[in-house]
Amino acid sequence: MTVSDLKQSTADSPKPKINWARMEEADNFAKTVKLFRQGKYDADSFRRFRLQHGAYGTRMTGDYAMVRVKLPAGEIYPHQFEKISQLSERYSIGSAHFSTRENIQLHWVILEDVSEIFRELAEVGLTSREACGNSVRNVMCSPMSGVCTAEEFDATPYALATAKFFLRNPMAQNLPRKFKFNFTCCEKHGMVRMVDVGLIPQIKEIDGTSQRGFKIFLGGGLGNRSFVGHQLEDFTPEEDLLYTSIAVMRIFDRLGDRKNLARNRMRYLVNDMGWEKFQNLVLKERAVVRATQSVITQLDVDHTPDEIKRPIRISDESGSGTPDGYTRWLKTNTETQKQSDYRTVFITLEAGDITSSQLHSLSDIIRDFSSEGKARAGFVQNVALRYVHEDDLPRLYSKLLEIGLAKSGALTMTAPIGCSGTTSCNLALTNSHRLAKEIQRKFLELKLDEDDDLRDSSIKISGCPNSCGQHGIATIGFFGGGARLGKDMYANYQMLLGGRSDGDTMLGQICHRVPAKRVIPVILKIIELFKEHKKPNDTLQSWIHRVATNSEDSEIKTLNDIKKAIDPLTIPPTKEEDPDFYLDYGSDTSYHTKTGKGECAA
Amino acid sequence: MRCLTDSGKITTDVDSLRSEIRDKSVRVIDVRREDDYKKDHISTAVNLPLANLLSDDSPDRVLKLVNSMGIDDETRVVVYDDTFGALASRVAWTLEYLGHSDVSLLETTYSNWKSLGLENDSQTPEIQNKEHSMKLQPDILATSDYLETAKQRDDVILIDNRERLNFLEQHIPGAISLPYRTLASSDKILRPKEDMKRLLDNRGVAGDSEIITYCGSVGTLSGLAYYALKTAGLPNAKLYVRSFKEWKSLQKPTVKQEDANYWDLSAE
Repeated sequence: MTVSDLKQSTADSPKPKINWARMEEADNFAKTVKLFRQGKYDADSFRRFRLQHGAYGTRMTGDYAMVRVKLPAGEIYPHQFEKISQLSERYSIGSAHFSTRENIQLHWVILEDVSEIFRELAEVGLTSREACGNSVRNVMCSPMSGVCTAEEFDATPYALATAKFFLRNPMAQNLPRKFKFNFTCCEKHGMVRMVDVGLIPQIKEIDGTSQRGFKIFLGGGLGNRSFVGHQLEDFTPEEDLLYTSIAVMRIFDRLGDRKNLARNRMRYLVNDMGWEKFQNLVLKERAVVRATQSVITQLDVDHTPDEIKRPIRISDESGSGTPDGYTRWLKTNTETQKQSDYRTVFITLEAGDITSSQLHSLSDIIRDFSSEGKARAGFVQNVALRYVHEDDLPRLYSKLLEIGLAKSGALTMTAPIGCSGTTSCNLALTNSHRLAKEIQRKFLELKLDEDDDLRDSSIKISGCPNSCGQHGIATIGFFGGGARLGKDMYANYQMLLGGRSDGDTMLGQICHRVPAKRVIPVILKIIELFKEHKKPNDTLQSWIHRVATNSEDSEIKTLNDIKKAIDPLTIPPTKEEDPDFYLDYGSDTSYHTKTGKGECAA
Repeated sequence: MRCLTDSGKITTDVDSLRSEIRDKSVRVIDVRREDDYKKDHISTAVNLPLANLLSDDSPDRVLKLVNSMGIDDETRVVVYDDTFGALASRVAWTLEYLGHSDVSLLETTYSNWKSLGLENDSQTPEIQNKEHSMKLQPDILATSDYLETAKQRDDVILIDNRERLNFLEQHIPGAISLPYRTLASSDKILRPKEDMKRLLDNRGVAGDSEIITYCGSVGTLSGLAYYALKTAGLPNAKLYVRSFKEWKSLQKPTVKQEDANYWDLSAE
């Protein structure tokens, strides 16, 4: 224990506006685990109860759980970082994991310790309630909301109000399946067409006054089958936000498929019914909801502005010079804000993983450098510090260097997403998590993060077809499976190209199967082809987009042409020629596929 | 069942220790390295670096060390470290094994003591040798042979205090995982009694079971757990002091969590 362990959060650091926790849920969970262990609670009911409280199953064992802590709108405060740090070393593996949906996950937690985590989370106002199961999952908001140069207004208060309204709400306790809301700042920062309900803030002039509202997209989502969402109407005024949300959920609750759990997300309902019919139903249902509320229900949107106060410097190590790597980091890890003199800094993690001591150090760094005194989880297994004064950036970089969090490339293709894969998930077929880390290490070594042509591209990897790694919206996406040569099995990935989640959202298209140990050379080959055939001003993303949509006119015209070019790299050697080929990343024994029961459908 | 100390106190709070030091009614042992001790330490403390003790912890040698620190059967002893109580626990347990009944752990670490601005200096006290008796307490020790037989019994619980990843990778069959970090609160080396009881009770560590703790190599982390059990009112504890290092070197059976690449989830 160090002295800083004992430090109380300073009196003037901002406090969360909402307490998401209920302490009694910890006791209740502990009691229920005991009953379950004594055989007084059947396995199915217990599983549903466990998932409703945010504790997910773990690969090949019933002894451990993964606790998914929700960060509504992605907001996290310094004392909450300290708590997650403690929890990760007490009950987990000494590391925590930032997910793609603004949760922090603690893996390999003993089921009987889960209630202790709930208890300690409640001390800092956090919960994992309804982070799994058939409920409204964490309500996301863009990490740039409030600072984005392109946004029309800050959606954060609406995201928080939506999360608050649905958490523990009876209408959201037994949906046919999970239900997800994403708020964003602008089209470019995206992610609204790949979710049940996606919202972009929008201001419209109506009768001479400007009115706040949203562009709402419904019925999108990634999974075994992915769909792009549809825009409900031109403009949804803010007072209709809640009515629309309730209407959509009521339709899903009523018509969603409760039998066929493999395809019962709302996107299947929308697809089966047809968009126009679904759209009509929503609009009618909304009129009913609006008319039948016995009292006027409105979202409790807290518009109190956050205080922006540059932290006071106690000491100033000026004159120490700019550390090596600073310029590269500044270019690849920071974004300008609409507020002049401030930047948002993205921290590069490896597939979302962070150690307990790094979490602890980050809490001090947030207090010392963020003028809003808190941080935001991002969309890509990362975390952002906003309102960092331009003058403080070199010193912040030095601090991050000290704790091993100053890697460059956060906003580039060199920071791939990798779901947890065979490190903890029952459904995984490959170690997608480690593969993401291997790609990152190799590509940073090759300094690909400095290449402007690659900056807006992305690599996303799932360990199975179920899209937790969001492979369908990656420029280059992969999902895992097994393949064999004769009797010998090896880890293999299906590669998709051309996916994106911005205003031109489209799903990646299948290009080729690539063995795990050939993924890195194949990506490098694609980059090489791009460099050969690119037009001036092309980026890898724009080039792949043309190839994937058959609108390219050079020698490489179609995905099939790319497939042919990389084909030689994908041919498996025999086990005698290359034994390593038959080992998945992170494993020293022969590859074989092994899966347990998934819990996405509770 | 025996009680740890005459007064039954497992840890000593900061204020009590200060008054005992003023009354000269306590022998304080600092188990940090000699260099650290020489810089500064709690006033009146003597130095017994853990490495020194471990170089030969046979009862005869320990008796000599105890005598040279001016400790006889009646001396009240408080031990501290700067390693969340684990090294101090190993020393306290050794004294207890020798037959010394009045030994307790400082409730906090030296860093915290210092940050609170409490008495410290760099003087080495003059110590008069004393004569301690030797009444070994084999009932608080588990050897590998003992453990191998005992763990077949239903009323024996085996606890592994290493970090979770080490446990998943390899552990003694039948052990449950309780990483040492779980034992502390945010400002004390051990959780408050009720907290500790609840934690252990959830894990089925309760009642009259005999409980054996072990860790990686020398019984420090598991020494802390030994005292944690006592704070929870579970006195029937034994320390497998040679721990997993010996178990492996004897090529006794171990088990592993199969079919998962949990190491790759670690950020280090």
